[in-house]
Amino acid sequence: MEPMRAATALDERDEEADGFLLAGARLVLDPAGALWWPAERMLIAADLHLEKGSSFAARGVPLPPYDTRATLALLTEIVARWNPRTLVMLGDSFHDRRGAARLGALERDMLAGLSAGREMVWVAGNHDPDPMPGLGGVHVEELRVGPLTLRHEPSAGAATGEIAGHLHPVARLLLRGRSLRRRCFASDGARLVMPALGAYAGGLNIRDAALAGLFGGPYIAHLVGGARIYRFAYHACLPDR
Amino acid sequence: MPPRDSERPDDLLPDIFRRWFAGRGWAPRAHQLELLEKARDGRSTLLIAPTGAGKTLAGFLPSLVELAERPTARNSVRPTGVHTLYISPLKALAVDVARNLERPAEEMRLPIRIETRTGDTPASRRQRQRRDPPDILLTTPEQIALLLASADAEPLFGDLRRIVLDELHALAGSKRGDLLSLGLARLRAIAPLAQTVGLSATVADPDTLRRWLVPQRGAHEMGDVVVAEAGAAPSLSMLDSAAHVPWAGHTARHALKEIYRLITANTTTLVFVNTRMQAELLFQELWHVNEANLPIALHHGSLDVGQRRKVEAAMGEGRLKAVVCTSSLDLGIDWGAVDLVINVGAPKGSSRLMQRIGRANHRLDEPSRAVLVPANRFEVLECRAALEAVRAGAQDSTVVRSGALDVLAQHVLGMTCAGPVAADDLYAEVASAEPYAELTRQDFDDVLDFVATGGYALRAYERFARIRQMKDGRWRVANPQMAQQYRLNVGTIVEASMLKVRLAGAKARYGGRVLGEVEEYFAEQLSPGDTFVFAGEVLAFLSIVENEMRVARTHATDPRVPSYAGGKFPLSTFLAAGVRALLADPQRWASLPGQVREWLELQKWRSRLPGRDDLLVETFPRGGRHYLVAYPFEGRLAHQTLGMLLTRRLDRARLNPLGFMANDYAIAIYGMSDLSLALAQGRLSLDGLFDADMLGDDLEDWLAESSLMKRTFRQCAIISGLIERRFPGKEKNARQVTMSTDLIYDVLRRHEPGHVLLRAARADAATGLLDIRRLSDMLMRIRGRIEHVPLARVSPLAVPVMLEIGRERVAGEASEALLAEAEDELIREAMGGADAGRDGAG
Repeated sequence: MEPMRAATALDERDEEADGFLLAGARLVLDPAGALWWPAERMLIAADLHLEKGSSFAARGVPLPPYDTRATLALLTEIVARWNPRTLVMLGDSFHDRRGAARLGALERDMLAGLSAGREMVWVAGNHDPDPMPGLGGVHVEELRVGPLTLRHEPSAGAATGEIAGHLHPVARLLLRGRSLRRRCFASDGARLVMPALGAYAGGLNIRDAALAGLFGGPYIAHLVGGARIYRFAYHACLPDR
Repeated sequence: MPPRDSERPDDLLPDIFRRWFAGRGWAPRAHQLELLEKARDGRSTLLIAPTGAGKTLAGFLPSLVELAERPTARNSVRPTGVHTLYISPLKALAVDVARNLERPAEEMRLPIRIETRTGDTPASRRQRQRRDPPDILLTTPEQIALLLASADAEPLFGDLRRIVLDELHALAGSKRGDLLSLGLARLRAIAPLAQTVGLSATVADPDTLRRWLVPQRGAHEMGDVVVAEAGAAPSLSMLDSAAHVPWAGHTARHALKEIYRLITANTTTLVFVNTRMQAELLFQELWHVNEANLPIALHHGSLDVGQRRKVEAAMGEGRLKAVVCTSSLDLGIDWGAVDLVINVGAPKGSSRLMQRIGRANHRLDEPSRAVLVPANRFEVLECRAALEAVRAGAQDSTVVRSGALDVLAQHVLGMTCAGPVAADDLYAEVASAEPYAELTRQDFDDVLDFVATGGYALRAYERFARIRQMKDGRWRVANPQMAQQYRLNVGTIVEASMLKVRLAGAKARYGGRVLGEVEEYFAEQLSPGDTFVFAGEVLAFLSIVENEMRVARTHATDPRVPSYAGGKFPLSTFLAAGVRALLADPQRWASLPGQVREWLELQKWRSRLPGRDDLLVETFPRGGRHYLVAYPFEGRLAHQTLGMLLTRRLDRARLNPLGFMANDYAIAIYGMSDLSLALAQGRLSLDGLFDADMLGDDLEDWLAESSLMKRTFRQCAIISGLIERRFPGKEKNARQVTMSTDLIYDVLRRHEPGHVLLRAARADAATGLLDIRRLSDMLMRIRGRIEHVPLARVSPLAVPVMLEIGRERVAGEASEALLAEAEDELIREAMGGADAGRDGAG
C-alpha cells in the first residue's frame, strides 16, 4: 500500500494525513469529515443541519434536543486541529430558515467560540437559502478561490474543481458478512462531494444515481473513520437498493 | 341476572340451553357450569383448560345466558352499548370464534348480534359499530386501543358486562399484553361492573394471570380460578433415528425418511420447526422424497398473507396431508383432522412444546400424539428433558418483567386523545393494571413528560408540546394532528423492515409474482448471484428495486443458507436445568439413544461432564489456534452477549481473541494465545474472566455500538411515539428510519443516558435480544464454581459448538480493524496484478 500512499500523501505536517489533489489544489481530508486546505488555511464543513431536532419537535416529533451541541462540539474539535483562518460552512448549516433563532444559549456560545478570530463564510443551502440574523460572517451563494469553486449543491455536468455538499454521501461495505455504513467523501479527482457533518444528517448511498451520475467515470469513497480515512473504489462499495 | 337459590349449578342453565346441549348429544362440562356460577357471584375468573375442552364456549356461556334472559329492549329509549367484549391475539381466531358462536345463537334463536372488528373490517362497518354497537364484539388488542382513544369509548363500553380474554397466557408478559392490560384498566374505569374471564392454557404461575383480571390496588387481589379436567395425557415419544445423529446443525436431514413415513402413516400432520429458514429447508427436502406426491404445504410468517390463508383454508377442509410450519401455527383455529404433531429440532421450552402438542387432536378423550425429532446430539438431551417435563406437566416459569414504559407512553397519548385526563386519575388507573402495579409515580411522571415535550432535561420544547395542561390541570392532546399520529402508530408490533421477494419477470421493469417477504438485514448480506431457499424454492438474488428484492428461480443444488439457522427462541431456563441434571447423572442415560450415550461416556473419559450447578470450562489448541469452551446452557442470546463481553476482556488482557461461536448450550472463543498456559501461569484467572462485573463498564461500552441495542432502541422509539412508523419528511423507506434512530440513539446516549426511552430500551435488552438478566443470573450462580480442564485436543462435547456456522468475530461491531484490513486487502489485490482479483464468476 506504500506506493499508493506516497502518491497521494501531500501534507507535509503529517505523512499519514489523508492528502488529496483536486484541480491542482492540495487538500487534506480530515478524518472527522471536514476538508482542510492548507495553502489558504481554510476549513470547509458541509451540511451541519443545526437545529434539526427542534425543527422536528415543531412538527410534533420531539427528537433529543442535543444534536446542535453534538455537531458543534465535533466541529470545535476539528477547528482546534487545524486552526483555520477561514471557516466555510458549505450550506444546509441549519435545518430550516428559522434555525438560528432557535439556538440555545450554550449553542450560541459554541458558535461564537468557533468564529472568534477567523473569517466565517456561510454558503447558501437549500435548507438555509438566506442569511440569518445574528450569525456574523458573510453569506454567499458560492465561493471561488483559486482553482476551486465551493457551492452547496453539485452542478450538473462536468465541474472540475468543484467542492459541494448536499448529497450526504455514505458508503456501504460488506465486511466478513457484516454490513457497515459510513459517511464518506466522494471524488473522481476532478470534483469532490463532502460528507454531512450534522449529528442527525442521514445519508445517500454513493452508488445512488444522484451521486454516481456526477462522476463520469470511476470515483473513490473516502470513508470517515474518526481517527483516519479509509479509501475504497466505488465498485467495492455496495448499493442500498 | 337474578340470584338463584338452588345448590345445583345445573339450574343456572336456562331450559333453552339445556335443550340445545341435549339436542346435540352433549352435556355441559363441569367447568362450563362453574363459570356460570362465578358469573352469578360476580367474580372475574381465570379458566385453565387444555385445547378441546370447550374453553371458548365456557367463556361465552354466561354472556349468552345473560343476553338470552335480558328483556328484549332493543327498540327502547337508548341504544345499548357492547355487552361482551372478546379479545384475541389473532385476528383469524376472533373471526373463527365469532363463527362458532353464531351457531348456538342461531340454533337457540337468541336475539343476539355478534360482530368482529379487525384491521380488515370496512370503514363503513366500523363507523356503524360505533353508532349501533353489537351485543358481542370480537376483536384484537390494537382495535381496543383505537376504540378507547376516542370520545366514543364511553357510550360504546358504558354498558359492558363481560370481557373475555382468549389465549391470555400468550399475551401476558409481552408488550402487546402490556397494551391490553392498560386498555383493560380503562375499560374497568368506564364499566366498573364488567367481569373479566381469562382463558388460558396451563401455565407455571396462574396467579399472575389471575391478578390480570381484577384491578390491583395495594393488596395483590386475584380473580378466581377454574381448572378444567385435564384431557388424556399426550402420547409422546422421541424419534430414535436409525441414522447417525449429527453433531451439529438444525436440519434433521438424517431423519427425513422417517419423518416422511410418519406423515404417510397419519391423516394430517403438523410439522413444527423453530425458524422460517428451517421450515424452508425441511419443506424442500420433504418434497425431494415425496414419492407419493402427498399434499404437503408450507406455512410461516414471511410468506405472503394470501398464500398463508390458502394453506389454512386447505387445512380446514382437510385437503392437506401435512404442513411444515413455524410458531406461526402455535396458536390458532382448531383443525379437527390433525392427528400427529412432529416437532423437529429442539423444543426450547416445555410450555411451547405442550402448546404445539395440543394442536393435535382437539378431542379431550383421546390423547394428542407427538413425536420429537432432535436434529443433533445436544437436542437429543433437550428432547429427553422436555419429554420428562411434559410427562410431569411441568411448565417453564415466565420471566418476571414489569410493564414497558414505551407502551405506557403510547397509552398516555391515546388517553389524552379520548378526552382530558387528570394525571392523578390516570396514574391510579394505570397502576391498577397487573404489569404496572409496581409503577412508581416518578416513572409515570417521566412518561407523561416524555409524551408532552420529549421529557428531556434540557427543557427546549415546551412550546412544541404534544399534550398540554388545561386551566384545571387536566391534560389534553395539543392538536388533532397528534390524534391522527396516534392512530397511525398504535400497537406494539414493530416489524423488522421487510423487503418483498418478487420473481423477476420477462420484462425486467415489471416483476412477476410476489413470493413473500424477508427481513432487510438478510437481504443486506446477499450479493447478486447468491442463492437461498425461500417459499420452497431455490432462488438467486438479482437486485433490490425500491422496497423489493428481485429474484430468479434457479436449479442450484447447494443454496447458501443464512447463518442464523439456529433456534429463534432461546432454550428455556427450566429445560436448561433439566439438560444439566440429565448430563450430570449417568444413571439416567439409559433412556438416551446408544450413539448419544457413547458420546457422553467419551466426554466423561476425555474431559469431564458439566455439573448441575457449576460451569465447565475447557481450553485446548486446535489447528494453530487456541480455544476456550464454556458450557453455561443459558441459550444462544445470553451466550452471544457473554461472547461479546468475554472477548472484550481477553482483548484487554492482550490474549488476542479472534472470535467466538455460540449455540444454546455452549460458547467457544478462539484466538492466538495459549489460554491453558496463561491460566497455568496465573496470567489469566477464570474467576476474574467470568466475574459479574463484566455487566458494568464492559457492557456499557458494548451497548454503545451494539446493533442489537440499536434495534431495541428503534422499537422503543416507535412504540413510544417518539418517531412515526413512517418517519415524516423526505425519507421514503424503513432503511432511512433505521439510520435516523441510530443517530438519535448515539446523541441521546451521550447527552442524556438516563432518559426514559433509554431506560425502556435497557429493560428490553435485559430480557430480549441480549438476555442480560439471564446472563447475570448465571454469572452469580457459577461464582466460585468454575471447573477448568486443560486438554490436549478438542473434547467430544465441544464439537457441536465448534461446528456452529454463525461465527462472531471480535471487532465485528467495532469495525475499524475490519475496515483497515479490507482496505489493505483491496490494495494488495490491486497491486498483485489482474489474476489475483477474481476466483471465477458464480
